[in-house]
Amino acid sequence: MLSKPTKKPMGIRMQKAIRKDWQLFIMCLLPVIYYIVFHYIPMYGVQIAFKDFYASKGIWGSQWVGMKYFKRFFHSYQFWPLIRNTLSLSFLQIAVGFPAPIILAILLNQMKNQRFKQFVQTVTYCPHFISIVVLTGMLSVFLSPRSGLINNLIAFLGGEPKFFLGEPGWFRPIFVLSGVWQNAGWSAIIYIAALGGISWDLYEAAKMDGASKWQIVRHIDIPGLMPTVTMMLIMEMGKVMNIGFQKAYLMQNGLNISASEIIPTYIYKIGLIDAQYSYSAAISLFNNLINIILLVTVNKIAQKTGENSLW
Amino acid sequence: MFARLKAKSRSDLLFDIFNYVLLGSVAVLVLYPLYFIIIASFSDPDAINTGQVVVLPKGFNILGYQKIFENTKIWRAYSNTVFYTLTGTAINIILTMMFAYPLSRKDFSGRRFLTLFMMFTMYFQGGLMPTYILMQNIGLYDTPWVMVLLPAMNVFNVIIAKTNIGNNIPEELYEAASMDGCSHITFFCRIVMPLSKSVLAVLALYYGVSHWNEFMNGLVYLRDEGLYPLQLVLRGILVQNQASADMMADIESLMEQQKAAELIKYGLMIVSALPVLVIYPFLQKYFAKGVMVGAVKG
Repeated sequence: MLSKPTKKPMGIRMQKAIRKDWQLFIMCLLPVIYYIVFHYIPMYGVQIAFKDFYASKGIWGSQWVGMKYFKRFFHSYQFWPLIRNTLSLSFLQIAVGFPAPIILAILLNQMKNQRFKQFVQTVTYCPHFISIVVLTGMLSVFLSPRSGLINNLIAFLGGEPKFFLGEPGWFRPIFVLSGVWQNAGWSAIIYIAALGGISWDLYEAAKMDGASKWQIVRHIDIPGLMPTVTMMLIMEMGKVMNIGFQKAYLMQNGLNISASEIIPTYIYKIGLIDAQYSYSAAISLFNNLINIILLVTVNKIAQKTGENSLW
Repeated sequence: MFARLKAKSRSDLLFDIFNYVLLGSVAVLVLYPLYFIIIASFSDPDAINTGQVVVLPKGFNILGYQKIFENTKIWRAYSNTVFYTLTGTAINIILTMMFAYPLSRKDFSGRRFLTLFMMFTMYFQGGLMPTYILMQNIGLYDTPWVMVLLPAMNVFNVIIAKTNIGNNIPEELYEAASMDGCSHITFFCRIVMPLSKSVLAVLALYYGVSHWNEFMNGLVYLRDEGLYPLQLVLRGILVQNQASADMMADIESLMEQQKAAELIKYGLMIVSALPVLVIYPFLQKYFAKGVMVGAVKG
């Protein structure tokens, strides 16, 4: 290891590596072909964002048009509403959906009754396995203005029934809260594991000093969770522009479209329903770049402020 | 001293009570909607609409289930999804393990490059349209194989498998085996696979559930209704309210049709989630394990 292998020419190094590890390379063959075909070839296709794509001419044969489709998107009247809808949905999701599993994990960790803890955990994992289609179906059934459970309850309490799914103002809260219902329990697993990794000495010492449970949560649990929290938050930021196409698309209807049209659903409609391939690809590329910039920036900030970062 | 101890334990008691109440209500809030769907699917729609179904089914009735079982479209979609799930998961597991083993070997010269090669696809994607064009060009569009091959591997699951193999299979084992002339491929088949039962269970579940719940690939890449997966048909009935005319042909009045449509919805949610909910309790212990391993910085 001490003699630098970089001194030898590339070809010889590769020959040696292949002679030693040829079996391992053979095992990698199919997976590598999969990634090339289904992931890297579409990356090559990204160039249609800068071209006027015609199926008859193919990706390579279509005319270059430079930034035409990007400019069209930036100047479109849809641009700002789309950005606003996407960002507000994402940030509401992070503000509400991100702390929920952390709080759940801390409470579960403090629960000394093991059977009760196990029960709550099992119950809260469950909705994670329900499909988005069924979840949206549940929402439409429960929030139905005529017969829904929620509106029955509102009527029982003397209020006016509401068509929640048809009001733009309710789209984001419903999207986010149903997401918490579905995923908080599952996402808590990672924090429960992190809490389990905190040294017992710390708890023992705190108890000797007469710390109350609340003090233990504040001074041991929360600081102990911080590295995991930072890591998860960075990953969350990398998804800001990419949140739930499926759920937003399924929850969309003519009445709430002013709040529910987000960039991923717009990419789908422009590309597959209006068949504007290049325009859709341009919006999608723009979206992907914003995501990467956000991820890198947040990771940098995390690196500067502490030792925790993704890479 | 005594007084302080008392004050302290009182605050702890308060904390405990608060904790029980909060977690108890969380459990109820999560469980009740699911429970409600079960009881509603067996109830009289009039009773559901007027809010009489709260704890037990009322006006016991299985009309919804009857209509579901009579419908060939739902059966068709159900069997399609079973096929996609079984074939897809088998392919997923084979490819994932085949890639995870070399990546877990610290002495593998391609390890660094191949890990980066895979991770890069997590951050940068071709996107919808380039993938769509590719599927048309290579002839996968509108065939069952697009549902099976397009999601053939998932980076997170490869990392889970890789970390697990790395942690569970001691380095010495391979050294001993290779002394006896055992090759990597034999070692993988004879030792790694049999010793990785819990990872295999986790992978089967993660991949299996994601195939079962897959909706978007069907929406984008399938045209032929005969190939539709269950979720796409469900969407028509649950979300777009197209409890198709043929399902209700024998029901006379509009009122009755509407009621039947409601029961069909409740019943379908149960029928579609049944396989997942049935295997879930048996494999729950593996789930948590898999996620924890995934939590390790990849």
